[in-house]
Amino acid sequence: MTARIGIVTFPGSLDDADAARAVRIAGGEPIALWHGDDDLRGVDAVVLPGGFSYGDYLRCGAIARFAPVMTSVVERAHSGMPVLGICNGFQILCESHLLPGALTRNDHLHFICRDQRLRIENNSSDWTRNFDAHSEIVIPLKNGEGGYVADEATLDQLEGDGRVIARYLDVNPNGSRREIAGICNERGNVVGLMPHPEHAVEELTGPSTDGLGFFTSVLSSLLEGAAR
Amino acid sequence: MIDTVEHAEQTPDHEQPYADLGLKEDEYQRIRDILGRRPTSSELAMYSVMWSEHCSYKSSKVHLRQFGEKKPETDALLVGIGENAGVVDIGDGWAVTFKVESHNHPSYVEPYQGAATGVGGIVRDILSMGARPLAVMDPLRFGPADAEDTRRVLPGVVAGVGGYGNCLGLPNIGGEVVFDESYAGNPLVNALCVGSMRHEDIHLASAKGVGNLVVLYGARTGGDGIGGVSVLASETFDDEGPAKRPSVQVGDPFMEKLLIEATLEVLQAGLVEGIQDLGGAGISCATSELASNGEGGMHVWLDRVLLRDPTLSPEEILMSESQERMCAIVRPEKIEAFMDYCRKWDVEAVVIGEVNDSGRLTIDWHGERIVDAPPRTVAHEGPVYERPYHRPEWQDALQADSPARLPRPTREQFETTLLELVASPNLASKSWVTDQYDRYVLGNTVLAQPEDSGMIRVDEETGRGVAIATDCNGRFAKLDPYTGAQLALAESYRNVCATGAVPLAVTNCLNFGSPEDPEVMWQFAEAVRGLADACLELGIPVTGGNVSFYNQTGDTAILPTPVVGVLGVIDDVDRRTPMAWGPDGELIYLLGDTRDEFAGSEWAHLRGHLGGLPPKVDLQRERILGEILVAASRDGMITAAHDISDGGFAQAIVEMALRSGVGARLWLPDGIDPFVQLFAESAGRAVVVIPRSEELRFTEMCAARGVPAHRVGVVDSALGPDVGEDTETQVLQFGEYFTVTLDRLREVHAATLPALFQ
Repeated sequence: MTARIGIVTFPGSLDDADAARAVRIAGGEPIALWHGDDDLRGVDAVVLPGGFSYGDYLRCGAIARFAPVMTSVVERAHSGMPVLGICNGFQILCESHLLPGALTRNDHLHFICRDQRLRIENNSSDWTRNFDAHSEIVIPLKNGEGGYVADEATLDQLEGDGRVIARYLDVNPNGSRREIAGICNERGNVVGLMPHPEHAVEELTGPSTDGLGFFTSVLSSLLEGAAR
Repeated sequence: MIDTVEHAEQTPDHEQPYADLGLKEDEYQRIRDILGRRPTSSELAMYSVMWSEHCSYKSSKVHLRQFGEKKPETDALLVGIGENAGVVDIGDGWAVTFKVESHNHPSYVEPYQGAATGVGGIVRDILSMGARPLAVMDPLRFGPADAEDTRRVLPGVVAGVGGYGNCLGLPNIGGEVVFDESYAGNPLVNALCVGSMRHEDIHLASAKGVGNLVVLYGARTGGDGIGGVSVLASETFDDEGPAKRPSVQVGDPFMEKLLIEATLEVLQAGLVEGIQDLGGAGISCATSELASNGEGGMHVWLDRVLLRDPTLSPEEILMSESQERMCAIVRPEKIEAFMDYCRKWDVEAVVIGEVNDSGRLTIDWHGERIVDAPPRTVAHEGPVYERPYHRPEWQDALQADSPARLPRPTREQFETTLLELVASPNLASKSWVTDQYDRYVLGNTVLAQPEDSGMIRVDEETGRGVAIATDCNGRFAKLDPYTGAQLALAESYRNVCATGAVPLAVTNCLNFGSPEDPEVMWQFAEAVRGLADACLELGIPVTGGNVSFYNQTGDTAILPTPVVGVLGVIDDVDRRTPMAWGPDGELIYLLGDTRDEFAGSEWAHLRGHLGGLPPKVDLQRERILGEILVAASRDGMITAAHDISDGGFAQAIVEMALRSGVGARLWLPDGIDPFVQLFAESAGRAVVVIPRSEELRFTEMCAARGVPAHRVGVVDSALGPDVGEDTETQVLQFGEYFTVTLDRLREVHAATLPALFQ
């Protein structure tokens, strides 16, 4: 069985083809999903890719959460389907209340594109289980509104529950609280990540192939789920 | 009251503001002769924008013909000059189209929007050829880095290029950032886009097929950019500059992204007979060019155009330069399918006209005829000027003022000189700029800044790809415009070869002062002649480009700046040559001849000197050097390569070392002044890095082709202890002259731009 991984295209999605490529290289079958269609086409997991959905004109991700496809994604996420939101996808997950907190404008006010070193803080989620504990990886980061914020109590709870997935090393590129680069929900099936693993899946085009781990992880999770 | 054709016939003596619209008296008279009456106000609006310098190339046309007349024999050219962009065959059934354009004047007035819409405009040019846009690049030039106005203009331009390109989802893979006094008040914002398509998907801008429908789709038409073309791009700035602010267009990259996806889908579905983007001169340009290139006639119901501002007059609608609009010619039986795709992408579309063979472009406004003109006279038969030109009287004195009179550093001062160069705004790291651009999106970027050329994978199956570089040293062009243009071509040609790609075609953006100044016109004529001659000699045709005149403040023109972009093909991007060298023991070779050439160099520039004759250009040598670089890449003989240009050999070495993070031992050849060796800017040179096992094969190849190859160093990561540092410290050792740590070099190289603009 090849896992079917859905990739949602919203108007203004930019990294959807990249996410599909990453799924393919990892060994999954990418399935294109359309924002205006609530049919998830029988996928086993969903990626919300990076970009500027609806131009990000109101607030990043604020309009996308109302897309018909998101009704189905939210429903399935609650019943355990793995969902990965990258960059704009992370923003959409926060707007959809699948993840706590919000992403705000970078503290230095500039868009930033750089090869970012991260530490994987949680290697038990559906999207990080193939990483070694505390692995350090380098994947591209590119955002204008990537500063992760939440109230202190929420941050403490995320830390306490081990729900911080990845943390920035060397520099905090966007002013994220506690250097948080990614978080997951309590169940570990929904992950939001500001940097871009889908841009680090080939030596030729990425700074590393470290990003592949996120996509092979979900395939492992799905395989284990199917075996159970 | 609407000025109809009928009304114009009845009121021949009505005074018209043609001068305010940028038309000369004889041009206005010619319009009257063509029409056999006075033009209506709508016709006057159309002719004035289409006959502006920006749209009609009236001052440059007679010179630009040389690009066609001296075109080298090549099978690669599928579509030549004259279309929205030239198209080149890159093999395996793939074609690529690329072009560079200027958006200089708007970017001075309103840096963010000017730069943003510059990117948007060139992307639509590429799209209108039927190609999927793949990447953008932006050659930029500003006044002195520490000037107050540069602090206003540069951050806005960079944010605009990034804001638009990032949101559009196109990787930015290169460009230039250059500072010079002459660009104060006249920044140059050039934007390049490259796209790819299958051969059979090439589309042209022509309205073919009587009865076919003219569809306007994309953003609604608003009041932005009205008169932008004629007023902004064709008049020199004076003290009233800022008052023209509202004329600059405002961009919406999200709409452009939807427009790209919708357009590619309707093209793929075979629903389009002809297509044209709307840029300068908006609907006036699109309708007249489409009609002129097709059956020769078109009728337009102008009141059908969807408006953002319902109070716009027909003249304003015709001139509006609202962004993110396209015009397609669609068969009536396919119009519903076309509209379905537009609805899918939430793109508004409306049929505004119909193709006919009347030989006239007729436009109605609520049932009244407001335009009735032969479209060719609007689009293609504008005025052509043989502007007078002559060699400036100061040219001889300039060339006689050689940099030989400048005091040169002693050998004890070489290190300081290098650090000064490495930290100078023109040679410092441009990361502060390029880190604001997404270089990863689409996942096909193989090389991006600061590599010698940007490289994009076109075919994921085979690895076939393209490389592009843009270059120009305007100081060389000022010293000798003919040679300067050739040096610009030689440098970008060399940059493409350095990454392992074979040069195929050329685009250019010719940025100059006022064509009404005979001395500027001479610079332009010489640069075009030099470029055309050099393209012929190197065997690569010019496929398109852009001219930007009137880049001057008062009587002072910018440095003549013929920006040249070269596109090359590489059969497998996996074998590209990067600029970072590999592990310890690899050998560093300098290829080419180094001469005592400092005129127009960065070293002289830092001493406030510009004079003498630019470096000698030897195009046959450039061609052979290029062949060596490509062959070495193909046969796996080199691990790294880097062109030598601004700052000379020492700067090239520093850039390679910083990119790789590994030090090296260098020795300077005997028999040449070490200062010349380190800092001269002779053309036709490159640094290559060779594994020891390939040394003999490589040097024999160079010897057989007559290219001097000097072994000048070896990669060495263990030099730290030699200079009293720890073993981790990476060091560049320049013979017996000086040693410097990479940390120190990186610090001064990286600090300059953030300190100025952060």
